[in-house]
Amino acid sequence: MNGLQWLGASALGFFRRLGRGHLFFLDTLVALPANWLRPRLIVQQTYAIGVLSMIIIVVSGLFVGMVLALQGYNTLVDFGAEESLGVVVALSLVRELGPVVAALLFAGRAGSALTAEIGLMKATEQLSGMEMMAVNPISRVIAPRFWGSFLSMPLLAAVFSAVGVLGGYFVGVGLLGVDEGAFWSQMRDKVDFHDDVMNGVIKSIVFGVVAGWIALFEGYDAVPTSEGVSRATTRTVVHTSLAVLGLDFILTALMFGE
Amino acid sequence: MQTRMVEIWVGLFVAAGLAALLMLSLQVSNLSSMSGDDGYTIKARFDNIGGLKVRSAVKMGGVLIGRVASIDLDPVTFEAVVSMTMDPRFNQLPQDSSASIFTAGLLGEQYVGIEPGGADEVLKDGDTLLLSQSALVLEQLIGQFLFSQGSKDKNAGE
Repeated sequence: MNGLQWLGASALGFFRRLGRGHLFFLDTLVALPANWLRPRLIVQQTYAIGVLSMIIIVVSGLFVGMVLALQGYNTLVDFGAEESLGVVVALSLVRELGPVVAALLFAGRAGSALTAEIGLMKATEQLSGMEMMAVNPISRVIAPRFWGSFLSMPLLAAVFSAVGVLGGYFVGVGLLGVDEGAFWSQMRDKVDFHDDVMNGVIKSIVFGVVAGWIALFEGYDAVPTSEGVSRATTRTVVHTSLAVLGLDFILTALMFGE
Repeated sequence: MQTRMVEIWVGLFVAAGLAALLMLSLQVSNLSSMSGDDGYTIKARFDNIGGLKVRSAVKMGGVLIGRVASIDLDPVTFEAVVSMTMDPRFNQLPQDSSASIFTAGLLGEQYVGIEPGGADEVLKDGDTLLLSQSALVLEQLIGQFLFSQGSKDKNAGE
């Protein structure tokens, strides 16, 4: 009987949390437009979320591109097709690795920080204090951070892909001796602006919304103790990563399905 | 940190992100080369187009002069009708030019190769190339080869 009760309680708890998450998302969406009356808040959050994530994004993008070029070269050279190295590097970065890896790094670097910050605000009753002063914490605290991650994610993913292509160029052309003209011209011939680049951008926008939503909701919904905040931070990273990978499969199936 | 510095950094960040997007669209993808719809359309009829696809290249002397815009089947003659959008710079193609379907390399992509003719009149928008040569389909070639080998053996045996 106790087991049955536990099952029911956890199922109810799951759906309650799901409902709270969606109501929270709706509240945030309603609060979003008014934020442009005070753009300074958005700029500050874009700095904390986007600019401070640049280093990890640039370094990871560079190395991911370099590794792609090394591995791709080893396979392609067997078929005498090493001129296609640019295509391999650019397509895998622009379509998949750019948006996905940037979103995973974003969850670890910026998402966890967002959750911890808001969870601590809740634990120290700053959010309740705001409500007491008739300041809506959703529009003052949550919405600017949501804007920050919504705006930063596509830019970070684009930087990741571009730096990765440059890394692939350094290794492929500089180190392995692939012909420079063929590297760029094959890439330009095979990578389509609408089908590849724009779909990558759409992916990263979706990931930005999801990563921001999960991180902010976990913080907002955290149990207001130090243990609760730490668990919420862990959940942010895990759930965001799972959501990004799952969504990436769905989006890929929709975009490149035929 | 002062607000001014924060704003400058955010400005730099947004500029870097947009520059990366610009690089992806101009340097990496094909946005800069021939944006599709401008240019004139010519058609060619083939018995068999092999693996030709929409957006395949149209070349003359190995130089890209257009792209395949659409592929359709004539419901009466059962011929494939290939419409090609040609670069408007090359509007002096003779009317009796011929179109063939070639393969780039042994296993590469297929493209339409156009051989110039000698006529004085030039191709205009909507014209159809009269001379065409279908794609070589590897299975048919092998089939023909085996068939001719078989009949040769038979003849030798008699």
